[in-house]
Amino acid sequence: MQIARVIGNVVSTAKNRSLEGQKFLIIQTLDADLKPIGTPLVALDSVGAGIGELVFWCRGKEAAFPFKRDDVPTDCTIVGIIDSENHIYKKL
Amino acid sequence: MIIARILGTVVSTQKDPRLQGKKLLIVKPINLDGTDQSGYLVAVDTVGAGFHEKVIVVGGSSARMAEGNKDCPVDSAIIGVIDRIDFITADSKTE
Repeated sequence: MQIARVIGNVVSTAKNRSLEGQKFLIIQTLDADLKPIGTPLVALDSVGAGIGELVFWCRGKEAAFPFKRDDVPTDCTIVGIIDSENHIYKKL
Repeated sequence: MIIARILGTVVSTQKDPRLQGKKLLIVKPINLDGTDQSGYLVAVDTVGAGFHEKVIVVGGSSARMAEGNKDCPVDSAIIGVIDRIDFITADSKTE
């Protein structure tokens, strides 16, 4: 899992039937110093995150586990909201 | 999942029987501002996407979970056509 910031949303009407009712968000992955790394990704939301929030996300097949249907085709899902930047502790 | 643009199609006659009837498209990953990234992918279309459309592409074993791709040898699938993208810059914050 990695830390990311939600930076946008994607509207899609024609989508796979297994994704009906799901919300797409754009996330930018961050490093431990909260600097952006890599390119933004499209993520499915399982916790009700909003634009600007710090979140953590899960990659791979496990990304489908938060959803009741086990056939949700997602490889990137937001699984938690970080309370604030002050709640990230890091020891050097 | 990544955002991509459809570049073209692939025609294949000799293929795994489980890929029969599937539409294969060439997609190029793009940035949020619409500029191209390097490389391309061959992805199975599950939504009926067309030439030049912006789409959402899922990779890995999750591509197999899309409806219509059950038990298919697929690691890249188009699972949505993008109508609109709204975004802020990565370093801005909302309190």
